[in-house]
Amino acid sequence: MKDFEDREQRTAALKGLGCSRKRVEDARFTQGKGNYIDDVTLPGMLFGDFVRSPHAHARIKSIDTEAAMKVPGVVAVLTAADLEPLGLHWMPTLAGDKQMVLADGKVLFQGQEVAYVVAEDRYAAADGVEAVEVEYEDLEVITDPFKSLESDVVLREDLEAGADGAHGPRRHHNHIFLWEEGDKDATAQAIGEAEVVAEEMVYYHRTHPCPLETCGCVASMDKINGKLTLWGTFQAPHVVRTVASLLSGIEEHNIRVISPDIGGGFGNKVGVYPGYICSIVASIVTGKPVKWVEDRMDNLMSTAFARDYWMKGKIAATKEGKITALDCHVTADHGAFDACADPTKFPAGFFHICTGSYDIPAAYVGVDGVYTNKAPGGVAYRCSFRVTEAAYFIERMIEILAIELGMDAAELRRINFIKPEQFPYTSALGWEYDSGDYHTAWDKALKAVDYDGLRREQAERVEAFRRGETRKLLGIGLTHFTEIVGAGPVKNCDILGMGMFDSCEIRIHPTGSAIARLGTISQGQGHATTFAQILASEVGLPADSITIEEGDTDTAPYGLGTYGSRSTPVAGAATAMAGRKIRAKAQMIAAYLLEVHDDDVEWDVDRFVVKGAPERFKTMKDVAYAAYNQPIPGVEPGLEAVSYYDPPNMTYPFGAYICVMEIDVDTGEWEVRQFYALDDCGTRINPMVIEGQVHGGLTEALAIAMGQEIAYDKIGNVKTGTLMDFFLPTTWETPNYTSDYTETPSPHHPIGAKGVGESPNVGGVPAFSNAVHDAFRAFGLRQSHMPHDHWRIWKTANNLGLHG
Amino acid sequence: MIPGAFEYYRPQSVPEAVSLLGTHGDDARVVAGGHSLIPMMKLRMADVPHLIDLQGLSDLSGISVEDGQVRLGALVTQSEIVSSDALAQAAPILRETAMLIADPQVRNMGTVGGNVANGDPGNDMPALMQCLDAEFDLVGPGGARAVKARDFYIAAYMTEREDDEILTGMRFAVQTGGWAYEKQKRKIGDYATAAAAVQLTKEGGKVATAAIAMTNLSDVPAFSEAAGAALIGTDCDDAAIKAAVDAMQGDIEPSEDNRGPVEFKRHVAGVMLSRAVKRAWSRA
Amino acid sequence: MTEITLTVNGEARTIEVDPRELLIHTLRERLNLTGAHIGCETSHCGACTVDLGGKSVKSCTVFAVQAEGAEITTIEGVATPEGMHVLQEMFREHHGLQCGFCTPGMITRAWRLLQDNPNPSEEEVRFGMSGNLCRCTGYQNIVKAVLAAADEMNAAKEAAQ
Repeated sequence: MKDFEDREQRTAALKGLGCSRKRVEDARFTQGKGNYIDDVTLPGMLFGDFVRSPHAHARIKSIDTEAAMKVPGVVAVLTAADLEPLGLHWMPTLAGDKQMVLADGKVLFQGQEVAYVVAEDRYAAADGVEAVEVEYEDLEVITDPFKSLESDVVLREDLEAGADGAHGPRRHHNHIFLWEEGDKDATAQAIGEAEVVAEEMVYYHRTHPCPLETCGCVASMDKINGKLTLWGTFQAPHVVRTVASLLSGIEEHNIRVISPDIGGGFGNKVGVYPGYICSIVASIVTGKPVKWVEDRMDNLMSTAFARDYWMKGKIAATKEGKITALDCHVTADHGAFDACADPTKFPAGFFHICTGSYDIPAAYVGVDGVYTNKAPGGVAYRCSFRVTEAAYFIERMIEILAIELGMDAAELRRINFIKPEQFPYTSALGWEYDSGDYHTAWDKALKAVDYDGLRREQAERVEAFRRGETRKLLGIGLTHFTEIVGAGPVKNCDILGMGMFDSCEIRIHPTGSAIARLGTISQGQGHATTFAQILASEVGLPADSITIEEGDTDTAPYGLGTYGSRSTPVAGAATAMAGRKIRAKAQMIAAYLLEVHDDDVEWDVDRFVVKGAPERFKTMKDVAYAAYNQPIPGVEPGLEAVSYYDPPNMTYPFGAYICVMEIDVDTGEWEVRQFYALDDCGTRINPMVIEGQVHGGLTEALAIAMGQEIAYDKIGNVKTGTLMDFFLPTTWETPNYTSDYTETPSPHHPIGAKGVGESPNVGGVPAFSNAVHDAFRAFGLRQSHMPHDHWRIWKTANNLGLHG
Repeated sequence: MIPGAFEYYRPQSVPEAVSLLGTHGDDARVVAGGHSLIPMMKLRMADVPHLIDLQGLSDLSGISVEDGQVRLGALVTQSEIVSSDALAQAAPILRETAMLIADPQVRNMGTVGGNVANGDPGNDMPALMQCLDAEFDLVGPGGARAVKARDFYIAAYMTEREDDEILTGMRFAVQTGGWAYEKQKRKIGDYATAAAAVQLTKEGGKVATAAIAMTNLSDVPAFSEAAGAALIGTDCDDAAIKAAVDAMQGDIEPSEDNRGPVEFKRHVAGVMLSRAVKRAWSRA
Repeated sequence: MTEITLTVNGEARTIEVDPRELLIHTLRERLNLTGAHIGCETSHCGACTVDLGGKSVKSCTVFAVQAEGAEITTIEGVATPEGMHVLQEMFREHHGLQCGFCTPGMITRAWRLLQDNPNPSEEEVRFGMSGNLCRCTGYQNIVKAVLAAADEMNAAKEAAQ
């Protein structure tokens, strides 16, 4: 017992895996001492700002910069003509397409970058922007992807007619690719033979990650030493360095990229934007540091939209509800340039996780990418690549199938779940799900909310509504989602050719503290806190004695960055593996110090003990000191390790969410009465941080489902360019959530962790949307499109004849 | 979002302010809290070469309730309205309305004068002032004059105020009876999808007087005399409320925006008015 | 340029500003107080919240010249010589922040809210904090932190009496 207590105490002192360690980042953030991009100031720094196109599709007749150059404080105005000799007027996108850095002959979306004004301060830059005169000739605007594929209007005149794109043949001048997965014939046959088939168009509207801090950078070219330093809001700083080198011709060792503190990313800060290129060029041209920070309108109009998927689905089942096949055809609106941030071989990301949590024997997916006059992007907004779209699609199709079958949607899910004994499970679309126990999670969730009681209450409410006693309906939104995160195995996952491994380098200092550097970068996830916990448990040093550093490419090992919930599955694994390398070396040192054979010592929380003689031990702290202060035969001095981790598989977090929503039929107003979220993210590193991620992800899901969109009018004007119209909920619209968990470790991850940051968005959107739909199920609603803002809910009620 | 350059003035008296306005004509704008004007300047949708800050004009501040009259200085902030006990007694609908405007920080800067004077159809105080039959005090080079709120609004951002006049405050009678301001909005910080201001009195179990005005349902605030008239003499039963709603529909002309199409706005206008009448009647 | 005098975090500062200069830029760039941030620029997000003359305001929508003579407190002035303010402690304790970008505005707003209403209900905190957007936390832990800070401050006050 005493040994046990002693071990418990020593374990607790580490603040390692599984404890709700308070965050080390918070001291600086709560006192206003964070260092975000707009806080970076250099002597003599200039400011850049863009002239942007007011038109969605127009030819540029002329650009006159003369008046702008006369504005006091304006130093330079760059146009495509200035960038062309450098070959930088276009840049490659992450999706194998190319994108104009500054408008080259025409503009293709409202807000597109036309000229870059450099001035002594941001006020002068804004004055310069106003003084640049651009003459446009309007062209026909296409904002509808279906019409785009039939239109004679050629959006991308730069692309050779009839030539293949990066992802194969293009069947129309506005077509980007057709990407397919699964067995088309077998799926068609199963659907043809099915007893029940439900068919529906499910639209996931265009939205935007909109982190509270916009994108920005400071470029500083030191011409004397030939070194370029680039600070910026980069979710993938190492990739930015490589891209900057390839584009500029500056050798990679002469470029240092630094991501300072980042004020939220959510996918917005993965891509490379014209602002970065122009700032680098401007710094090279002027010899001075140049800062560029987007304003909010720039951000919503031009950098990185998300979603915009039209998903036409067919789901087939037996009369008893056993699903036999799933077919999905997506028309994907990619905007003016294909700048999706997906692994190279996956132009529709991991959308083919769309069989969800269900054992579906036959499935087929086809995705058509299409150009329109909208902003480029297609980023994974708080989700792994296109996984939110996939989860929304399957969770809507399940609900629609339940309607078709006249079944309870909870029961329909249960009878189709992949069973615990089926893991590892290979889906019809080719994924190998690592682990899961869906039935346990589902039962726990239904019981927690008293599902049967809610259904009774709902039925009573419907009756009361029909009797005219209430004008409010009750919706019960169910979701069981399965995510696919942790991209990814180098054999099939890369970005611009860079394998999607990640890395950790650890140095243990002589006195038993440590620094670990990773290839990722926190944007609020709390890596400095949680990665230290992983390491504390691996090497037996207190987390409080471990510094975590990320984001400086001169010091951190190469990594692919933080997005797609990949930090814990990939960099977290690298951290554990590097820690194990430390421990392996430490074992040899400890054995030497204890004068026994290596195999005669064993690890015990924070020390090596002689087997059978626990009173004889050397702590990791003892070992660290010895590693630096005495010769150990056959062992190099020092105690350091590096791990580059290539994950053998993705991880598959899952969860069961239930939303209870009150809906006012007369005004379309809604109120979330209850939200229960059960997440299974495998091994839990820091429960406090996990809960925080769940709260935040659910609130972003609430926003998306209930009002947030990037909307265009018919001539391509962005209608939602400020936070008045682009819905971010406040304290007042946001409910309290109840979070819960089960814990099914990943069998292939060193510590069994799966990642959680994006689960609540992936599962939350269908939960909120299903609640809206469910409220109207008794009155015949099958499908209505998000976002479910007041007027659209009202319209639904109106179409169902509920306004008398 | 960076505003264009301007000259800044902080006059210490109303005549000084009026004289500055006279000097610079169209090129000058007055600013109180600035929470309508400054965003427009930052978006460069308002070009203001001369900005006249009114905060030094002590005559324009303060809330007074005397002799059955309420006077609000133009510089009274929404927060001051919310926290004024005197006003809560004299015209409680003001606090109810101000609480639904923007958010705490914006209410600390946003003034009632700015809210009524700039003619933004999204603002809540104009309809409220019409409902209360307030008079706006204007001072210009030719002296002072008063214009009724019900006569003040011409079109979006166009009012009876001349370019060289300053709106110094507003006056209305101490209110009796029941009141309600019902507002639907998408979230805190939004303008109304539709809102209804109702102030009514009751005698012998029937409505004696009723005033109704609507927010953000036309390019000007919509005082609906007919809607009020439809309630008078009734006990606010369903038929009377329906008649008032029907009458109100004739006095609004909503346009489509991100909050929804016209048919939705008309429907919500009816719901807001109906709810406001019921609540006002229950308080009468 | 116009000369103005501001008292910022207790210290009188006389500076020259362009009349069109927004207070947030003056604070961040002239006075090097980079705690308050710029998030939306249209007075919706509250990241730029500072205390101006005893009231919370959004400093992206105030010209510095309008603040002439005023007392201003920013997040840098919230901590006391003894250490972090209770609110700062409670935000950390209850995980009321993630990326930290909204946090200075959030805490500066809560600091004033608790002076105006030392014993708020959850609903009053939610209403009082509704001018500050957060993209990371979903607010639940922010509300918890503010309520916990109120309790701590009230307990400390009682203990002192």
